[in-house]
Amino acid sequence: MLAYLIRRLFAAAVMLVVIIMVVFGIFFLVPKWAGVDIATSFVGKQADPAAVQAVREKLGLSDPIFIQVWEFFKGIFVGRTYSGGGDVTHCAAPCFGYSFRSEQAVWPVLTDRFPVTLGLALGAAVLWLVLGVAAGVLSALKRGSLWDRGAMVVALSGVSLPIYFTGLLALAIFSYGLKWIDGQYVPLSESVGGWFGGMILPWITLAFLYAAMYARITRATMLEILGEDYIRTARAKGLTEQVVIGKHAMRSTMTPILTMLGMDLGALIGGAILTETTFSLPGLGQAVLNAIKNQDLPIILGVTLITSVAVLIANLVVDVLYAVIDPRVRLS
Amino acid sequence: MTELSKTGAAVSEPVGTSPAPTSFLEVRDLKVHFPTDDGLVKSVDGLSFKLEKGKTLGIVGESGSGKSVTSLGIMGLHTAGQYGRRKAQISGEIWLDGTELLSADPDHVRKLRGRQMAMIFQDPLSALHPYYTIGAQIVEAYRIHHKVDKKTARKRAIEMLDRVGIPQPDKRVDSYPHEFSGGMRQRAMIAMSLVNNPELLIADEPTTALDVTVQAQILDLMRDLQKEFGSAVIIITHDLGVVAELADDILVMYGGRCVERGPAEKVFYEPRHPYTWGLLGSMPRLDREQQERLIPVKGSPPSLINVPSGCAFNPRCPYADLPKDNITRTIRPELAEVSTRHWAACHLTQEQRERIWTEEIAPKL
Repeated sequence: MLAYLIRRLFAAAVMLVVIIMVVFGIFFLVPKWAGVDIATSFVGKQADPAAVQAVREKLGLSDPIFIQVWEFFKGIFVGRTYSGGGDVTHCAAPCFGYSFRSEQAVWPVLTDRFPVTLGLALGAAVLWLVLGVAAGVLSALKRGSLWDRGAMVVALSGVSLPIYFTGLLALAIFSYGLKWIDGQYVPLSESVGGWFGGMILPWITLAFLYAAMYARITRATMLEILGEDYIRTARAKGLTEQVVIGKHAMRSTMTPILTMLGMDLGALIGGAILTETTFSLPGLGQAVLNAIKNQDLPIILGVTLITSVAVLIANLVVDVLYAVIDPRVRLS
Repeated sequence: MTELSKTGAAVSEPVGTSPAPTSFLEVRDLKVHFPTDDGLVKSVDGLSFKLEKGKTLGIVGESGSGKSVTSLGIMGLHTAGQYGRRKAQISGEIWLDGTELLSADPDHVRKLRGRQMAMIFQDPLSALHPYYTIGAQIVEAYRIHHKVDKKTARKRAIEMLDRVGIPQPDKRVDSYPHEFSGGMRQRAMIAMSLVNNPELLIADEPTTALDVTVQAQILDLMRDLQKEFGSAVIIITHDLGVVAELADDILVMYGGRCVERGPAEKVFYEPRHPYTWGLLGSMPRLDREQQERLIPVKGSPPSLINVPSGCAFNPRCPYADLPKDNITRTIRPELAEVSTRHWAACHLTQEQRERIWTEEIAPKL
């Protein structure tokens, strides 16, 4: 088990370095190959050549790519000073780049917005896991019943309806119509109740979509597991139906659910763009959306990196949990 | 019908409805039907037999003849955990040690499962939970029926693994099923079934998934354990070699019904049903020097939705035209005693069957 863990951790670390290099390559090499001068995007198209040259020098854009990657890596650990054209900008460690468009370092943007997205994703995940798995198990056990059909119709609509529809609907009903909830986002550090009030609608909206998917996969998996020989064995031992379902069948059903959870959480932590935009949550998704609109490359780069790390960590956690659940995984 | 009147009404086949059976296990007119989109599947359609403690009954037949459905029916596993709308329709009586199981409280039957009656399944890899250790699964089986702490139960599990011949049982108790070989897994499965000293053990094709050398070991083990525990055993198989090794009585099933039943030596050496002849003819034998090709039973097993009228075996029976008035295709033959404790359901007369067996079938085997 320990050897397995060390192997997975090592693989994750190697993966992280590769991701940084690939992402950096995409954002700084591709424009070069496409014949687009990155420097002009920082100063505007009509800028005079001297200003463009100054920016190029300041950002080190004329340097060979490996020097640029090295500078970027170095900046993460010791910080970075951009200077050129008599103009000096300092970016403290850990420096993940500096956005000249919005005149701020990337790292504080990420750290400001990350908790919002994390809170959104985790809160919604708890909701959708509980609701989705419970609905899925019940549907499987009452296959063909009115409950099963009803739940599956709701699940189908949940999967089909986009966030910006269900989100706006939730806002219209609960926030503007019934006035139960003031949709404003409040940081957790300021007021727990306020944070909860601001997050409840985004949670429900996001959880509705995912709970629908999880209910469907839980139902299908559970039905398959119930047909397994070892479930029949469990009954032949004289176990009560609660133990047969709750212990023997549930443990096997958890495997695919866990896999999905790892990937979904990883992707969501990188920014739930639709949900954050619909509910005006100042999270990573909103930041990256604005950055894309403004062609603010350093921010996009930073968010992309943090997304990759989130997916990587989520998958690592899933892999480890997998080994805990399924002893056969520990061998390979 | 002359045979029947000769032997008299003392014969309990078919069994009447009078209660209070004297046998340890008595199945009376068991029917297990499954409703499907295509119609009612009559997997078991009127099966009766008796079994005493310390005896072994071998149930043989092709795939789909109702062998496994019968065993699951006795265990009450058709009704437990039925979540669909379509439930199996079960009728008849199953008496186990004075209790009628089909009309008993399901929770009472659950408590009998694993304690008074236990089952060994065909494929021990899929029948054991892949995520729990062998030990944990045996401990669980023991602790449902015995209020003991985990340590005691674990000791019992190790003891059972030792008894079924697993080397280093104190270490292997913590292994997972995938870490065992096929034969070891079946031994573990047997240990789990016997952990509560069941009085009735049902083994559903216990050696089918194993290779031949391991098969013999498992059969030896089962024989030894039966002597030791004195339980009643039902062994279900399509392999006549297996029942020849173990069974006291043999019950041949075809199309959900019993076509021949009797002591093992009678069924092997004086079979009185054309289907049993077919089974014997299709069995490879190593004790004969020169063997012609095996003779398969022609045709395929009958549909259990539209069972052939008359004798279910008539479309495949080479002698279907011998009885007069086409009765093989119109009237279903009932079991009739052909010799002491030996019944067969066939329209051919005793004399015809004796002649066909001694002149046509036996010399070719």
